[in-house]
Amino acid sequence: MADAALPVRRGVLGFLINARGARAGRLHWTDWFTYLYLGLGLIVMFGPVLWLVLSSFKTTGALEEFPPTFLPYGQAYAEVEGHADPLPLFTVTHEDGTQQVMAQIRRLGIVSQMVDPADPDAGWIRVPIDQRVPYREFHFAVENYTFLFDQFNFLRYFWNSVFITVVATLITLLFNAMAAYALAKYDFKGRMTIFIFIIATLMIPPTIVLVPTFLVVSEMGLLNNPWGVIWPAVATPTGVFLLRQYMLTIPDDLIDAARMDNASEWRIFWRIIMPLAAPALAVLAIFSIMWRWNEFLWPLIVLSRSETFTLQLALNSFQGDLLTQWNYLLAMTVLTLLPITLVFAFLQRFITTGIASAGVK
Amino acid sequence: MLRFGMKRALTATVALGALMAAGGAAAQELRYMCYQDGIECDVTRALLDQFEAENPGITVVVDVVPYQAILDNLPVQLAAGEGPDMARVTDLGGLNQHYLDITPYVDAAYWEENFGATLDWLRSGADDTGIYGMMTQLTITGPYVNATLYELAGMEMPGDGATWDDWAESTRAVAEALDVPFPMAMDRSGHRFAGPAMSNGAAYFDDNGDPILVDDGFRDFAATFVGWHADGTMPVDVWGGAGGGTYRDAFAEFANGNLVLYMSGSWQIGRMGSDIGDGFDWVVVDNPCGVAGCTAMPGGAAMVAFAHTEHPEAVASVIDFLAQHDIYSSMMAQTNQIPAHIGVASAGVDFTAGEDAAAALSVFSDQVPNLLPPAFALQGYRFNRAVYNATVTRLTQAIVGELSLDDALMRIDQDIADALATAEQ
Amino acid sequence: MAVMSSPERPSPLRFLWKPLEALMQAVLNTVEIPMRWAQRMLGQQKIAWVFLLPNLLIFGLFTYLPIGVNFLYATTGGTNLWPGDRPFLGMDNFEVLLDCENYLDPATCRRDLFWVAVYNSAQFVVLQVGFMVTFALITALILNRKIIGRGFWRSVFFYPVLLSPVVVALIWKWILQREGVLNAALVGLGADPVNWLLSPDWAFFWVVFVNIWFQMGFYTLILLAGLQAIPPDVYEAAEMDGTKPVRVFTRITLPLLMPTMIVVLVLALIRAVQAFDEIFVLTGGGPGSATMFIVQYIYETGFASQIQQFGIAAAASLLLAVVLFILTMLQLRATRRQMNG
Repeated sequence: MADAALPVRRGVLGFLINARGARAGRLHWTDWFTYLYLGLGLIVMFGPVLWLVLSSFKTTGALEEFPPTFLPYGQAYAEVEGHADPLPLFTVTHEDGTQQVMAQIRRLGIVSQMVDPADPDAGWIRVPIDQRVPYREFHFAVENYTFLFDQFNFLRYFWNSVFITVVATLITLLFNAMAAYALAKYDFKGRMTIFIFIIATLMIPPTIVLVPTFLVVSEMGLLNNPWGVIWPAVATPTGVFLLRQYMLTIPDDLIDAARMDNASEWRIFWRIIMPLAAPALAVLAIFSIMWRWNEFLWPLIVLSRSETFTLQLALNSFQGDLLTQWNYLLAMTVLTLLPITLVFAFLQRFITTGIASAGVK
Repeated sequence: MLRFGMKRALTATVALGALMAAGGAAAQELRYMCYQDGIECDVTRALLDQFEAENPGITVVVDVVPYQAILDNLPVQLAAGEGPDMARVTDLGGLNQHYLDITPYVDAAYWEENFGATLDWLRSGADDTGIYGMMTQLTITGPYVNATLYELAGMEMPGDGATWDDWAESTRAVAEALDVPFPMAMDRSGHRFAGPAMSNGAAYFDDNGDPILVDDGFRDFAATFVGWHADGTMPVDVWGGAGGGTYRDAFAEFANGNLVLYMSGSWQIGRMGSDIGDGFDWVVVDNPCGVAGCTAMPGGAAMVAFAHTEHPEAVASVIDFLAQHDIYSSMMAQTNQIPAHIGVASAGVDFTAGEDAAAALSVFSDQVPNLLPPAFALQGYRFNRAVYNATVTRLTQAIVGELSLDDALMRIDQDIADALATAEQ
Repeated sequence: MAVMSSPERPSPLRFLWKPLEALMQAVLNTVEIPMRWAQRMLGQQKIAWVFLLPNLLIFGLFTYLPIGVNFLYATTGGTNLWPGDRPFLGMDNFEVLLDCENYLDPATCRRDLFWVAVYNSAQFVVLQVGFMVTFALITALILNRKIIGRGFWRSVFFYPVLLSPVVVALIWKWILQREGVLNAALVGLGADPVNWLLSPDWAFFWVVFVNIWFQMGFYTLILLAGLQAIPPDVYEAAEMDGTKPVRVFTRITLPLLMPTMIVVLVLALIRAVQAFDEIFVLTGGGPGSATMFIVQYIYETGFASQIQQFGIAAAASLLLAVVLFILTMLQLRATRRQMNG
């Protein structure tokens, strides 16, 4: 009786505690559930991103098309003898019900003049327009991308984004680690107050202090300057919190031993604490890179000269008052996604270990 | 000795460097903050190459920015005493306090003669005679009609003097005959709404020039408009699909043949040509009429100069250069816009978008004589965007059933009163 | 908690290490000179202030100073940017916002949209945080199993976190519009298309859904980390005793996961109250005002309107800050009591 119940129990228990899976020879229902969930997750989480990438290869016409196609398609054209420009192709349903791909010479009202592209000498016939549908073929609108490099200062914006992201991230790591160290390893009056003072800033949505912050930055003369984006961003409550929690797990003995050796406090911080906090620093690095790279509203307020623009600003300059050039905007969006995806691919294995040891004290 | 020589050489180098720096300072770099719906800034940039060749020492940097920067960032920058020398703005009257009057540097008679009507839009009031810039894009609202659908249905479009009700009935018949989802749609914009409302008798302003939004004319058209959404004459998507003052157009529906009539404006012409292509025939028709008239709404963007610039004369010369007949004409031709320059308008523009576009643009131009006085007044009103926002926000709530029409109208009045009270504090 | 030992391979960026180390050494030596001096002056414990200084300066300048300015805005009127040029109004702005006949019915309030936004936000916070934490927990439990390609699956669920809010909104807008991908799929399956963003309830649902989609990965990883930190011998002991699995989950897993859960809840709550960008682009607050939340109200009133009512916006933001503060304190107090008890 007990033996019979055990596998089931092990299954459910295993699902909840990570004890099953590969160990058992055959697949239990929890395994089925797991892979079903993961499969669904793949579609829901990744499908929309794939859709974005495919859409970036569509022409403006195809983007507005209803119903949308998953893959980029475009109207097919054919060179027809006797016509200077390529003619659009249509699938025509003849009166006898047969279908044929024909080229359209011109359309007059509700009637088209169509010609057989293979046999142009046979002359044209009249086809009512509701008897024809556009013949379409697979078409990657690569021009969306080439435009960005040919006629658009993509590399300049890319460099601006990289500069702001890298410099801001380095400073963020340094400053936040310093503050975290002070809060984790020193005992001084007002420590708790300062900690709350820093954490409380989490509660201020940046959007609502936009105007006053603008005034401060403007008074400091940092408008149209990448530092106007960098300085306000380098102190983050999340970073201080994450690093402090991690540093609390570093044994005090290490620090005491170093002090015995007459190391300065700064040397201890730099030589002992920083290397030991590496996993947490990696997590913060990913977040900081992500935040700075994607930031839009604040750079929009601070930077208004195009040579200082970041990618996010440049890609939004395809948005006008009345019209938006979606094809370029999408292509550029995909390009801005690439670097951050690469960074993530490199650093992702640090994320869980970093958070595992930091976030949960 | 050697030491002394080196020092002298060093001094000379420093002096030379200072001299060159001074020369650099004399070269005037101007900043033009520009947004574009299509290629407007690129065209301006190309024309400015010519200006720079003729005016050595002045360079103009065209900063192409997101429209949101013009809307949100520029006013704050100007208020803080920062910002570019020139910008392409749509909030024509609202930014007036920051404008530079270029009258001393230009031929005022030429400007008055050619830009007469639109100069007022940039002015603060009736007693302001300054010249602050020029319209680089003059737009006129009006309906596009899918002529192919009419042909397929074998019906005739309503003729001259047709009212909005005539069009509603006619487009409904076409939609029903061909199983087209929607007879009509209008961009989600208080500016688009204002024309038909005025045609139906909405005055928008009292005799003192103060805004009175909700009068009988406004109320009537608002009721009709909400009714059209309720009975399916208009798709709820466009207005109902968003909240607040967010702009939304119905171009995609029209381009896909799901609409018979699309109330938008002259700026869509380029897109009609490129995106619809051979799909169907579209025409622009006269603005439908109401009891008070058949008015469109004018609109557009202006290139203006700001008073804080260090080089007022250079800035004025840039704008004046672009305002000259040939240059302006070329700009209009390349961007396919209706000229605001009377000389250019009467001489005709060789539009690049082709015959269809030229025909459509001429229909739009023909609307100008029909504009009712409040249409001009609203376009030139400092706080017109506050009026548009309140209209859109509240009427949407009525369309989706959050508010009754009466409550929505009451809230429109109140929103504007609150905003104006803040502005006057 | 012990530092996790991880069986990871050495970094592929090893070749960068040498020059980087030289640079680090240089920074160490340069900064050490003034720091040694400071240490002599202040003593060993007080030097903490020197470590804190850069952060405090930045928080002071770019967060607390603006908050101070916001206080000035909240008590003044007009449209002027400089606090000194604005007429003093006292508590008028707060009174305008709080002017209601019946607080439960926004239509009776002078600023009806403010109250609509407040109630929408409250509803959003409860639903979004509740569902997101639940799904994040399920996902973390699944990712914690011995599955094939763990790193890959972890990345799949985390990837949307990397996107910018605007991109997230644009993608979903295309999927959800009347003739978008989702409706195309529904029609393909023979169902009727639904106007997802036109019905207030559906629009609200999708706003919640998209926010969960966007942020869940972050919280999943935190929870996953928490799960991995639970020592396996606890479970083995439970299995030996024949404890029922559900009981193991409620009596062992959940309590041990509680500290992580608190962090997740606090962070998720704060983020949910501040939700703005992705919703603004997705629905613009619509249909009507069905998905208009508090930050959007503040943004539109104070910033994105022609007549910028900074005073009202600042007053609303201060009210929001007070509410957030109280909520966080309550949450922390509740957890502290639980931990102690």
